[in-house]
Amino acid sequence: MATKIFKHIQTSVVPLPIENIDTDQIIPARFLKATTRDGFGNNLFRDWRFDGDDNPKQDFVLNNPNYSGKILVAGKNFGCGSSREHAAWAIADYGFDAVVSSFFADIFKGNALNNGLLPVQVSEDFLKKIFDAVYADEHAIVEIDLVDQFIKIVATGEQESFEVNPYKKACMTNGYDDIDYILSKKDEIAEFEGTR
Amino acid sequence: MGQTLFDKIWDAHVVSSSEGFPDILYIDTHFIHEVTSPQAFDGLRQRGLPVFRPKQTVATADHNVPTINQHLPIKEELSRYQVDMLTKNCKEFGVELYGLGHPYQGIVHVIGPELGITRPGGTYVCGDSHTSTHGAFGAIAFGIGTSQVEQVLATQCLLQSRPKRMKIEVNGKLQKGVGAKDIILYIISQISAAGGTGYAVEYAGDTIRSLSMEGRMTICNMSIEMGARCGLIAPDETTIEYVKGREFAPKGEDWDKAVAYWKTLYSDADASFDEVLSFKAEDIEPMITYGTNPGMGIGVTQHVPETASFEAKEQGSYKKALDYMGLHDDETLLGKPIDYVFIGSCTNSRIEDLRQVAEFVKGKHKADNVTVWVVPGSKQVQQQAIAEGLDKIFNEAGFPLREPGCSACLGMNEDKIPAGKYCVSTSNRNFEGRQGPNSRTFLASPLTAAASAITGVVTDIRTFLKEEELV
Repeated sequence: MATKIFKHIQTSVVPLPIENIDTDQIIPARFLKATTRDGFGNNLFRDWRFDGDDNPKQDFVLNNPNYSGKILVAGKNFGCGSSREHAAWAIADYGFDAVVSSFFADIFKGNALNNGLLPVQVSEDFLKKIFDAVYADEHAIVEIDLVDQFIKIVATGEQESFEVNPYKKACMTNGYDDIDYILSKKDEIAEFEGTR
Repeated sequence: MGQTLFDKIWDAHVVSSSEGFPDILYIDTHFIHEVTSPQAFDGLRQRGLPVFRPKQTVATADHNVPTINQHLPIKEELSRYQVDMLTKNCKEFGVELYGLGHPYQGIVHVIGPELGITRPGGTYVCGDSHTSTHGAFGAIAFGIGTSQVEQVLATQCLLQSRPKRMKIEVNGKLQKGVGAKDIILYIISQISAAGGTGYAVEYAGDTIRSLSMEGRMTICNMSIEMGARCGLIAPDETTIEYVKGREFAPKGEDWDKAVAYWKTLYSDADASFDEVLSFKAEDIEPMITYGTNPGMGIGVTQHVPETASFEAKEQGSYKKALDYMGLHDDETLLGKPIDYVFIGSCTNSRIEDLRQVAEFVKGKHKADNVTVWVVPGSKQVQQQAIAEGLDKIFNEAGFPLREPGCSACLGMNEDKIPAGKYCVSTSNRNFEGRQGPNSRTFLASPLTAAASAITGVVTDIRTFLKEEELV
């Protein structure tokens, strides 16, 4: 089945300079009761975004009208903890196309790539430069190019290349899906089973 | 050059390997539960695909179930709907379900091993990060997302790049009162919540070797809490004895053949690891966490670190964690009043955990300020506990034995820790809100949790053990 295509974006960013953001913060377990993939964006960062009476917390960045954009920029070890793909769904459903951090947890990274949400791992230095840029100018524009694998702070021209698995890159830039690929190898799977 | 245990098992399961592509890895058993499977079954419907190997798929309901009155309909509508959806999907796609009321129902990572489904040399996945538990048998086992659940349902295979290999050795004699949970909390506190990311971790050394299967499962369970892809321990006589005779374990000739193969499963002496770490058992105290990730742990007699001891860029996140926990720099946790004690979860809800707690609390009673929940990992654990009379000991101590499920580990079902309350918990995660919105979690071993329930404050189990020796 076709999935979302990602090649290139140029957008303002939302800064969240907190380390070790786990998937329980991204989407708390009590919101995992849905049986479809839709609507998780409403509860993205639920307990950081809203108080116990469901009022928006003014000091949280998603409630700050000065910050918007398609890229979430966060501290290291983003997406640790639970394997819930709902975390990637919530971030994408809210409207982000990419997450930038200096380090990603494995399972989150895989889940994001399977949902057209690009995890971009940058150096600690470059992460700091992005935070500095957005705190100097909340409309600072960042460009991410998956085809040529670079991320750039447009105003200063500073850029860095990033790694991505070549197979997952081909999937994201073409909208391919893992299951289609494995299904094309079904004969090999049956053959493998026969040898055991 | 010799091979690592991990590579031996991985290589035996590679269906296809192409340059530039992740390997196609064959999965022996796929465990599913109600929370991370409905969208995957929907995906199969949309593609018009069956479950490729339904007999290699095992389902249970655990995350969203209540742990009292399981014979009644689930009260919460969305939870009930999700559990009903699992029943419907399993029926439609021909998957065996150990649902509520079934004698095999329980936490997915407790039932796999106790039914003899989890075995040395196998590959196991589940839409749950604590799937790493099954690695205790010398198997490759890890958590996956829902798109991958769909992938495995559709093909019994998973696209996966081979991780790097790490060996963590623990050697020496553990102090009295220190167990498997303390070992893994100690390791994570030393290497951080991200220290294992990108690695398959093999635990080795004589301390690990001396652990029971339950203890080994506790260790491998929390591999994900240091970011590791999976954790595993080479099978030995302890492993073989545990698997022998279990419901789905091989029998007769198949058993002999299997054991012969299992005995080849170890890292060769000249196998090379990308990273090797060594720890001394004697350095490990009873552990407790003070922060909001499992890497934020200390020996129970140590003090909470000072903010200034961290790099400037880390101080904001550190202060946020301490504020959330209501703690301050250099505080000692010993003597801190607590409100709840939770003994359960896929980390510490097996019969050995319950036996150890029962032995300790026999003849004692919980403090008035503490609510205690003991939640068995499975229906079989619950029945065994009752058969051994542990439920009576628990009841007399004010530790009611509930019914099996994930319970207060994850703030999803009815069992939640109220806002602002402190819980000493034998579970695996102390994230903000993990046990309920604004709940505050101190992760610890079953013995530390039980001792703290008795005193009503965070307690060093060793002080009890000393007194008991004197008597």
